[in-house]
Amino acid sequence: MLHRFANPTRFLRIASVVQPWMAWATVLLGGAGLYLGLFNSPADYQQGNSVRIMYVHVPAAWMAMFCYSSMAIAAAVGLIWKHPLADVAAKATAPIGACFTFLALFTGSLWGKPMWGTWWVWDARLTSMLVLLFLYLGYIALVNAFDDPTRGTRASSILVLVGFINVPIIKFSVDWWNTLHQPASVIKMGGPSIDASMLWPLLLMAVAFTTYYLWVLLIRIRTEIIANKIRIARLKQVHG
Amino acid sequence: MSGFMAILKRDLHLATRQGMDNMMVVMFFVIAVVLFPFGVGPEPNILARIAAGVIWVAALLASMLSLERLFQTDFEDGSLELLSLSPITLEVAVLAKVAAHWLTTGLPLIVAAPLLAVLLNMNAEGFPMLIVALLLGTPSLSLIGAVGAALILGSRRGGVLLALLILPLYIPVLIFGVSAVDAVIGGFEANAQLLILGAFLMGALALCPWAAAAGVRQAIE
Amino acid sequence: MIKEFLDMGGYGAYIWPSYGVTAVVMIVMLVTSLRGLRENEVTLQSLEVSTKDKPE
Repeated sequence: MLHRFANPTRFLRIASVVQPWMAWATVLLGGAGLYLGLFNSPADYQQGNSVRIMYVHVPAAWMAMFCYSSMAIAAAVGLIWKHPLADVAAKATAPIGACFTFLALFTGSLWGKPMWGTWWVWDARLTSMLVLLFLYLGYIALVNAFDDPTRGTRASSILVLVGFINVPIIKFSVDWWNTLHQPASVIKMGGPSIDASMLWPLLLMAVAFTTYYLWVLLIRIRTEIIANKIRIARLKQVHG
Repeated sequence: MSGFMAILKRDLHLATRQGMDNMMVVMFFVIAVVLFPFGVGPEPNILARIAAGVIWVAALLASMLSLERLFQTDFEDGSLELLSLSPITLEVAVLAKVAAHWLTTGLPLIVAAPLLAVLLNMNAEGFPMLIVALLLGTPSLSLIGAVGAALILGSRRGGVLLALLILPLYIPVLIFGVSAVDAVIGGFEANAQLLILGAFLMGALALCPWAAAAGVRQAIE
Repeated sequence: MIKEFLDMGGYGAYIWPSYGVTAVVMIVMLVTSLRGLRENEVTLQSLEVSTKDKPE
């Protein structure tokens, strides 16, 4: 099953078919989500209209973690089965995941200002997100630090697996540290129960973010495959 | 086991021959800590409050300084390749090199730490715990750092890249190391923190040599 | 009416930047990815043409 998509030529053909679907899904679902989120959902009785930041903040945070997990899975597949496409997928995911992580932090900060009174608190979730951003940046720096691109993907695949094992440990440590230092009066973002009128725009935006990720991922994987072909063609020119 | 001892002895021997290098790491540690009173002011209460954290952060940075050379010189002169061909498993070889790194940098840092604690006016009750926590924590730092040191072999910019890769992974050790000292100074038990630091060390011992060896293997392929 | 909507009950100053920056970052990401793909496609094509021109 996996090997049917492993062939880069076949992948390129499938990608060019799937890509427009992802683009349309992103535009339509995102549009619907924005409409419901901004016009057709109630304000929170505690947080007022500021709760609308949730519709971009929470999907971005979800995608930040989803992208890192995807990278870890792709890296494992690349290391174990020497799958060329898996390595490329991990490399292509990293910048997208870093963008989502940045957005989760930025919107979290903008949400925090009216809720907490400051732009930044060392809240457990925000802090973990910040560390996740560093993990992404480390990966991107390592993958681009080698003259030989396959060396870069190999080394960074190991890094992303080490990081993936560490993410729960970091989360646990930050939670511990946070309960020691944080005054208990902080309002928790996104209560446990959420009304259906808020759940719909949230889910729509989450799906739209996912299709956006797949859309850009396909573009970036195609770019990497073509870059590989260019490298081979150049080598042929030099040696041929 | 004999292979482990042989590599350990070789690395220790190399380190003592260039003894100045290890002294420089300790000197960096001392100077980095001494900068803080200039930065935050010499008020004893403030210094006492931040002492454990400052010492831990400085120790973490200092132990990272020498990590870049953990595999680099052996990689460049080809002895790493010879090592991979020898009957010693690479994981054991990595573990021996990490042990040598800790003995030459981690241990001197721990010896210097109480002196710095005095300079920062740290509460004397915290001294034993600071040493115990550093004893449990710094080997984990060396182990995690070895993975980063293996991954950057042959890359274009080594040192800064290494810092970027492993500093985020150091955060859990930092949190519990500082928390253990602060708890004792505050009059609490620090058993939980020590147990967790011990668990980190066990986990790092089990996983890091393996990951670092994988990194070395792909570097010399 | 529009003013009221933009004000968002006093939270407009926080809501609109978060939506705006999200949109800008996502669009910039998309555009740079697309441009990278286009550039690579053009480079590959010119390379293929130049290797074909060469006598074997």
